[in-house]
Amino acid sequence: MDGVSFDIPAGSFTVLLGPSGCGKSTLLRTVNRLVTPGSGTVTVGGRDVASIEPTALRRATGYVIQAVGLFAHMTVTQNIAVVPELLHWDRERIARRTDDLLELVGLDPLRYRSRFPRELSGGEQQRVGVARAIAAEPQVLLMDEPFGAVDAIARRSLQDEMLRIVRTLQTTVLFVTHDVEEALRLADRIAVMRDGKLLQYATPEEMLGAPANAYIAQLFAVNADLRRYDTLRNALGQET
Amino acid sequence: MSYLFSHWRLIGVLTLQHLGLVSAALAIALAIALPLGIFAARVPRASALLLGLLGALYAIPSLALLAVLVRYFGLGAAPVIAVLATYAQFILVRNIAAALRAVPRAQLDAARGIGMSSRQQFWRVELPLASPIMIGGLRLATVALIAIAALGGYVGAGGLGNEIFFGLQRRYLEQTLAGSIPAALLAIAADAAFRALERAATRRTAG
Repeated sequence: MDGVSFDIPAGSFTVLLGPSGCGKSTLLRTVNRLVTPGSGTVTVGGRDVASIEPTALRRATGYVIQAVGLFAHMTVTQNIAVVPELLHWDRERIARRTDDLLELVGLDPLRYRSRFPRELSGGEQQRVGVARAIAAEPQVLLMDEPFGAVDAIARRSLQDEMLRIVRTLQTTVLFVTHDVEEALRLADRIAVMRDGKLLQYATPEEMLGAPANAYIAQLFAVNADLRRYDTLRNALGQET
Repeated sequence: MSYLFSHWRLIGVLTLQHLGLVSAALAIALAIALPLGIFAARVPRASALLLGLLGALYAIPSLALLAVLVRYFGLGAAPVIAVLATYAQFILVRNIAAALRAVPRAQLDAARGIGMSSRQQFWRVELPLASPIMIGGLRLATVALIAIAALGGYVGAGGLGNEIFFGLQRRYLEQTLAGSIPAALLAIAADAAFRALERAATRRTAG
């Protein structure tokens, strides 16, 4: 990464967009110190993350990955309770919180509480993954291509739910994707990256209206056609 | 078979002794093999060398190793337990390393990213997920040690080897069988018990 510098307003939904290998995941992972930058600093809420003990920082930061990584030997509830338990919440508070979270991510606690990850669909697994990440009410939620492995229909509903959840929580979200469509659906602000460089950081409207360079213009133009097709198809679908 | 039935009390005691030798050796072996296995899993370069070394130890005939160890430990249970613990190393270390390496990357990433310390990552995520293959290694080691523990009869360590050894010396087949049949049954039972554990662990940790 090179000369990447930008400020993310608290409570906003920022999408890091770019082709694979452009450094967007690496950038994301500097925020919870899974990666240490060679130079430069990352600050969250005015504090340099390098000054925070990594485990404490990570417990206060939600983290969702594409491969989900639910613990196979733990039930849904146990998975969601991991961070609250690391933080020594009392049992009753954890139980209440896990049920609330299941409802929040659209899974009926009575049905899902004691299931194991292998008994869930890909989409359901990622819902639990999101619940686990936000269990301890993190200020910042990091999501690394979280919906990249689920099918298109499930991805749509997960995106919608994500927007609803984030609005409820007012968490600052950093979301990595290479999917332009997804970026436009979710983002308050988009940071386009390529070859370790930040090309443009702007709201979706600004980016569509005034792309910083030809690469970005093309990135969004190709997708504009797709979007038009998508809208058309949706309209037709609703009529029939 | 009349010998076996008329001496059932003695055979019972010897069986328990046999189990005692094997359990003591397994406990010691695990205490050594677990750190070695973790090391081998973490440092792939060193693991080939380590496993080569343990493989060489494994290739020494057990009777020869016992003869050497008796010089240091004297007669009795100690040299036998040392032989057994040595033999178990190769099987255990290889399996522990393989088990740890087979733990899905995503779950380790999640454990770390969520804020578990390295210790918590190991005990709460890595070890439980590695347990099916580890139990498989424990099963193989146990079965092998039950067989090798019969050598105890040569050096006064007790166990079912006594009956086998004395029976051979006296050319009294029934006495030999009174040692070897229970030993075989013990091995079969241990195998079945560990298989059941392995299945349960596999079911628990399947993705």
